[in-house]
Amino acid sequence: MSPAAAFRRFALVAALAFIGQPAAAQVPFGQATAVKEGLEIGTSTSEIGIASDFRGADLTIFGALTNADELLLAIGQYDVVVTLEGPLDYATVRKKSRVLGIWVNTESMTFEQVPASYSVAATRQIDDILSSEGGLPIGTDHMRLSPTGYVGNAGNLTEFRDAYRRLKLAGGLYQHDFGGVRFVSSSLFRASLRLPANVPDGVHMVRAYLFKSGTLLAERELPLRVNKTGIEQQITDAAHNQPILYGILCVMIALVTGWGASLMFRKK
Amino acid sequence: MTVYLPIAELSVNIFIILGMGAAVGFLSGMFGVGGGFLITPLLIFYNIPPVVAVATGANQVVASSVSGAITHFRRGTLDIKLGTVLLVGGLLGATAGIWVFSWLRSIGQLDLFIAILYVLLLGTVGTLMLNESVRAMRRAARQEQVTLKRPGHHSWVHRLPFKMRFKKSKIYLSAIPVVALGFAIGVLTSVMGVGGGFIMVPAMIYLLRIPTNVVVGTSLFQIIFVTAYTTMVQAATNYSVDIVLATILMVAGVIGAQYGVRVGQKLRGEQLRALLALLVLAVALRLAVTLVVTPADLYSVSVGSF
Repeated sequence: MSPAAAFRRFALVAALAFIGQPAAAQVPFGQATAVKEGLEIGTSTSEIGIASDFRGADLTIFGALTNADELLLAIGQYDVVVTLEGPLDYATVRKKSRVLGIWVNTESMTFEQVPASYSVAATRQIDDILSSEGGLPIGTDHMRLSPTGYVGNAGNLTEFRDAYRRLKLAGGLYQHDFGGVRFVSSSLFRASLRLPANVPDGVHMVRAYLFKSGTLLAERELPLRVNKTGIEQQITDAAHNQPILYGILCVMIALVTGWGASLMFRKK
Repeated sequence: MTVYLPIAELSVNIFIILGMGAAVGFLSGMFGVGGGFLITPLLIFYNIPPVVAVATGANQVVASSVSGAITHFRRGTLDIKLGTVLLVGGLLGATAGIWVFSWLRSIGQLDLFIAILYVLLLGTVGTLMLNESVRAMRRAARQEQVTLKRPGHHSWVHRLPFKMRFKKSKIYLSAIPVVALGFAIGVLTSVMGVGGGFIMVPAMIYLLRIPTNVVVGTSLFQIIFVTAYTTMVQAATNYSVDIVLATILMVAGVIGAQYGVRVGQKLRGEQLRALLALLVLAVALRLAVTLVVTPADLYSVSVGSF
């Protein structure tokens, strides 16, 4: 299903949902809203198959605010942040320094359970949105990076965290797009997140956060399975699941190639 | 045209890899070497992770050594018994080497270790070879008689116990230095991704005094089994053999080698050795530069807790 078709269907469902609850939309400005604002999201697909020629793709996420205050919406007091978090794993950052004239990895720090990939889109700069909300681990600058083991001094920690973010952003596995979430009507929004070419396979998590004037109101999440298909993935799987057979195959190819070439060129 | 390497996890230009394989194949055919000591650094220069470059290099050497070994076997210039004793040491060495390899990888010093080892080994071998070939060329220019040291001189190596008779080589030699040599070469195979012929052949001739006619065939016999074993163990422990990369390199390499052999036959031995020495020194120098020059980024990140 194309993103546009998915969006039309989603818009229809969302529109029907609003018809069912007219009371909320009619709350006059200034009065306390009895019903809390909510957030619904949907993706065009819950599973992405990545073929051999994959060079990265955009994932479109649709969402709707429920019980939103029309006036606050109109003056842009609502903000939406959407993230796509890859599978969690440990990551080690190493730092080189000169030892006897040679550059050697001398220091290292391992972070526990950090996402292998991370894309974030928002209605505007994430620091502006989060200004009043301290300690939320949203966005590349604020995500949790807890080191394993003993960390000597705090300066080191900041240094290694910064290096980690910088390297991941430079490598394309971490991305942010401030302005990547757009309201397409007063309460419907559309977010596009970039899947990098080297996106890891596994279960990713789409998370959407709704903020009103800097306060987190609602949060939704949806799993997204990324499956690599194609010959490359089969090779990677074979290398990890049947390493002995894989090794034997590598050796066989070498023997056949070497022997075959000597036969071919002798006949000439 | 780009091709994705599933184990190295990056896309490369297939023509560059084909060119690399053909060029190294050509040189290995021309000089009669396996080419592992050239292919591994070249792959590293082309941003292939050293872990993958070393394991895939060992796999490539299997292909480039097979046809040579078959030829020597047919001609009868292969001492199976001597080769088997070497092989025992080689398999032990390769196993120890893989262990060291995995350990260095876990502490993040593998890339550095590989680079230093290459600089030392290629630097030493290149210098010795250049020295020798320049002297040979001078002798040829002065039309002097070449006085080869006759094999058969006894040294401390020949006083060691556990002597064995190697009928094909017509020598009576202790198994200890043979196993030790095989062990050292096995370590180099698994840590550097080389066959090790460029060290084994001179060591067999000058150290063990094995007759020259069986040396190349016997070393190739040992190299095939040790590199094949290393490929399998690397695949099983480090998952670092890239079958796509290896296949492209091998196909280009064995074809390039056939043409290299033809050109090699037209060139003089000492000129050939001088050229090879210069090439080896150039690779060593290029690797030495990367060790010393300030890297673009002092930090690096790797997945996992090692």
